[in-house]
Amino acid sequence: MEQHDCWQCGHPSAQSLFCQFCNTLQPPVPDYYRFLGLPKRLNLDAQELQKRFYQMSRLLHPDRFTRATGREQQLSLDATAILNDAYRVLRDPVTRAEYVLKDNGFDIGEQRTKDVPAELLEEVFELNMALEELRMGDSDARGPLEESRQKFLGMRDSIDRELFALFERYDAAGGSDGGKQVLGEIRGVLNRRRYIRNLVEQVEKELAAA
Amino acid sequence: MSQTFQIDFSSAKKTVIVGIDLGTTNSLVAFMDLTGPKVIAGPDEERLVPSVVSLTAEGHMLVGEKARAALIEHPERSVYSVKRLMGKGIADVGEDLSLFPFRIAEGSESVLRLSLGERTYTPPEISAYVLRQLKLNAEAFLGQPVTQAVITVPAYFNDAQRQATKDAGRIAGLDVLRLVNEPTAASLAYGLDKRKDGVVAVYDLGGGTFDISILRLKDGIFEVLATNGDTHLGGDDIDNRLIRIALEDIATEWGTDLSTNGEAVQLLRRAVIAAKEQLSFVPATTIELEYRGRHYRRELTRELFENLIRDIVDRTLGPCRQCLMDAGLEPEQIDEVVMVGGSTRIPLVRSAVEALFKARPHTELNPDEVVALGAAVQAAILAGDVQDKLLLDVTPLSLGIETMGGVVSKLIHRNSTIPASATEHFTTAVDGQRNVLIHVLQGERELAKDCRSLARFDLKDLDPLPAGMARIEVRFLIDANGILNVAARDLRTGKEQSIDVRPSYGLTDDQVEAMILESFEKAEEDMNARQVREARVEADTILTAVDKAKQHDAYNDLTGDEQEAIEVAINELLTVYHADDHHLIHAHVEKLNNATMKLAENMMNTAVTNALKGTKI
Repeated sequence: MEQHDCWQCGHPSAQSLFCQFCNTLQPPVPDYYRFLGLPKRLNLDAQELQKRFYQMSRLLHPDRFTRATGREQQLSLDATAILNDAYRVLRDPVTRAEYVLKDNGFDIGEQRTKDVPAELLEEVFELNMALEELRMGDSDARGPLEESRQKFLGMRDSIDRELFALFERYDAAGGSDGGKQVLGEIRGVLNRRRYIRNLVEQVEKELAAA
Repeated sequence: MSQTFQIDFSSAKKTVIVGIDLGTTNSLVAFMDLTGPKVIAGPDEERLVPSVVSLTAEGHMLVGEKARAALIEHPERSVYSVKRLMGKGIADVGEDLSLFPFRIAEGSESVLRLSLGERTYTPPEISAYVLRQLKLNAEAFLGQPVTQAVITVPAYFNDAQRQATKDAGRIAGLDVLRLVNEPTAASLAYGLDKRKDGVVAVYDLGGGTFDISILRLKDGIFEVLATNGDTHLGGDDIDNRLIRIALEDIATEWGTDLSTNGEAVQLLRRAVIAAKEQLSFVPATTIELEYRGRHYRRELTRELFENLIRDIVDRTLGPCRQCLMDAGLEPEQIDEVVMVGGSTRIPLVRSAVEALFKARPHTELNPDEVVALGAAVQAAILAGDVQDKLLLDVTPLSLGIETMGGVVSKLIHRNSTIPASATEHFTTAVDGQRNVLIHVLQGERELAKDCRSLARFDLKDLDPLPAGMARIEVRFLIDANGILNVAARDLRTGKEQSIDVRPSYGLTDDQVEAMILESFEKAEEDMNARQVREARVEADTILTAVDKAKQHDAYNDLTGDEQEAIEVAINELLTVYHADDHHLIHAHVEKLNNATMKLAENMMNTAVTNALKGTKI
């Protein structure tokens, strides 16, 4: 871990939130895991994460720095913004996995969501037929659409289970090459999940509009 | 001779940060002492200061109750409900204007300018008059200058509306340490965290705005999970509906259209508000108007009233449902519901809220005061006096930038805890391009034209490079006030990149500075005028006394020189009397005083002698 001198007292190794010697707030590290002081694991305990978020908010929030110097107020603002961003991203398993992927050099842009995954080809074909009928004013299409929606929601649930199993494997692999390989699998699962989520949203929108 | 010791307590006394509820209809100021938050009453003992200003013919600005009284006679020189106009351009307020008596001046596209008499005022300037009055009330009560404040805003206020509120504070001479969302402030005032941890919904229906916020309370942390609302929905809408109905009645009965008659409409406004308020307590009442010898009277039952306003009340339920959805909660998971704002006194509102959340709403605290009390608690948190509580609020609207084809790319989603940030990288599209324009918007819609334009940021003076080579990192940060800050860095050089900010609505920094300056000058002018008036009163007193004394025998006992000196002093005082310089007037009052010293002594002696003789003088 790199060493920093405290910007206030110049004492070295001010790598925590506050300088151990003069207790001044230090510039925040941008890495979410390191900032929160958490190991880089994909399985995180939601309760534990919330507790940490509240604890750190109490220390860092701009409300606590009203009478501090301008520099400290700015640092408090920066640190709290990172804290909030980190909590928002890490508390959701999907955004958390995306963050770790990105951190490991994976490209996670909204790519190729137009390509239908092979195992979904038949489902998507039927869905598009039903959607077309609904748009033509055929309200009988509602039943099959509702059915499709349920089917896709079920798929999403099984994908989530798959995802959590992969999280376990990644955490067990630690930082090894095996971990990198698991991340590759996770990316594939996330792409499928995103595709299904888009389908569900589309169906819900059409059902609400019809 | 007695000796007095002066002990300076001022350094021991901590400066107080006040909490201000700058409302659509009424405003309040509160502070916190050892026993809890308290609302500060004005010199007239009133705790609510009507958010009304009125410019007198002499050019003096009345604020509060006096202005509310003047509103009837001079609607065209008065402004009320200005909160509805904060951070707005003329295109936003068309509907409101039909019911407001005041006129909009030229050049109101990005900031409204209201014409009062010969002068024009922006909404932040009008609000600053109300804030200044609250500041004065607090100073009189606390016996010390008040320069720092927490001001509340509707949770659903956008960036421009928040900025306008902050500008108003600055113009009023207040350092606005924090803007707090009204429903969140209310939850602080209720002290619900003392009872137990849980999930609370705050339903805030005020004069002009509606907010719903859902919070999780845990160990003194007030974490807002989601918020929603409508900054254009409130008691005003109910009043306006009743006024329209009454105007139609009158047009039929009297054959006269009063809708363009400012004075009559204001009288009618009072009448419908009185009826509306009564219907919260009695099943039936009447709307009555007496105008120029004619009489209008209409029965109104609560049942009819409820039918008339049901759709307005229903409009609050959509945002409530959306808020529940965003918080990921079912109505059954809400432990407590808190009611805020005067309009929540209406029984129909209470029953609608109870039905939706399936929980009996809290109404223990005065719904008019609870927001100001909460602002005072937040002020005490900022002062470090309250350490066990912390508010974590959210941004009510998504923030995005316009991309190709007018599509908005969202950077910070609504209901993100603030402060929140997002970083984006920008580059150039053509060789040698020197600047990049970034259009920032707020809103939930897909297209830029359907969102609220916030500002245009111009990254300028870029080094001329081949297309795509420039690498500029822009950081968008929404601070704890819900206001956007933008900073940019050239990743090639690591240097700060200069940005030109053009807000779409609202005042530029220079304009605010000019207004602050002007308000100081105005305050100085006011101060000087008062001192001159006081000096003239003193001059009048001594001139009258001397005039009377000249009839006295004692005057004749003076030498010719002494009499001459008095005449000179009188003439000199009369010469400077009309000068606008209180120092000069004072100096000559003093001179006349000295010149008549002997005369006064003589008179006193005569009086004593006569008294001893037992004769009357």
